[in-house]
Amino acid sequence: MHQTVNAALGVNLLQANQTEANHNRDHFDAWGITCFNLMSSPGAGKTVLLEKTLSVLSSQLNLAVIEGDMTTELDAEKLRQSGVPVIGINTGRSCHLDAKMVAGGLHQLQENYQPETFDLIFVENVGNLVCPAEFEVGEHTKVALLSVTEGDDKPLKYPVMFQEADCLLVTKMDIAPHLDIDINRIEENVRQINPNVTIIPVSAKTGEGLTNWFNWVYERINQNSIATH
Amino acid sequence: MHETDMTKALILTIKDWWEAQPTPPNIEKIHLLVGEFTCVEPRSLQFAFETQTQNTFLSGVELVIKDIPLIAFCHPCQQQYWPKIGEQYACPHCHSPMEDIRSGRELKIDRIEYSENNSLASS
Repeated sequence: MHQTVNAALGVNLLQANQTEANHNRDHFDAWGITCFNLMSSPGAGKTVLLEKTLSVLSSQLNLAVIEGDMTTELDAEKLRQSGVPVIGINTGRSCHLDAKMVAGGLHQLQENYQPETFDLIFVENVGNLVCPAEFEVGEHTKVALLSVTEGDDKPLKYPVMFQEADCLLVTKMDIAPHLDIDINRIEENVRQINPNVTIIPVSAKTGEGLTNWFNWVYERINQNSIATH
Repeated sequence: MHETDMTKALILTIKDWWEAQPTPPNIEKIHLLVGEFTCVEPRSLQFAFETQTQNTFLSGVELVIKDIPLIAFCHPCQQQYWPKIGEQYACPHCHSPMEDIRSGRELKIDRIEYSENNSLASS
């Protein structure tokens, strides 16, 4: 006799990634490291912002970078000029970092350095406004970047990433006067989906807003160390 | 194409379940719930599923994807509403931000439909 039976599963498709991400976060917590996940479209300025950030903050904090790049080591090489340890991860055909790839990066960190000496790790995700939003890597804080050339409608079109961000850096502010972009409109659009996000307009070129960004970084590290101790 | 990775996770989960059964059941359909407010495109999932299951124990199995609409709840208005994805997420009445998502973030394997041959059952 043929009979159709149903088995209820109720399993989240991303459960495996989530488990691995939680595992990474446990490591960060045990080592006393705060982890930031930087996400944006390609060319929004993640690497340049990181260069500036490393050059200023590395005198006061022990930093490391996990650098996701689809096929090259170009960004990792650029960031190594700062003297900060950079672990490059080639994601191959994958358009985002997932928790397993970052776990691989953490193993490298453990083999080559003393992880407990670091205060802050930046994960620079693959440039993409869609996929990285769904794959947590074990970060404590999500930072999204949106450059003024991308248009003020992007938070509406790619809401998941902007909804999850703790901080939004509006980058390339130095060229905003030459564009028909309404910064207030960006803010309005983001606040529809994420009313509490911190929005900081910056320019890595002129230095505008960078002090605000650095202060925010320090605040987050302090909040995180209070929360995990 | 992160749908490829999600499909891999889907297949592994189903395989674990399939192997844990007393006799390997004949899977007919897999039912997924995919929320509108996720970064997953059902058509890409279908395509990835078809290609990745060729010549496996899931070959020919139907993947049924149920779209789950984005529904938010506005606390000031005390009512739910349906945000317009890509255009407007705030409450259409009082313009409060979308803070309480009631549905639309699902990415779930809901259930598996399989056939059982009673003559082979251990009873």
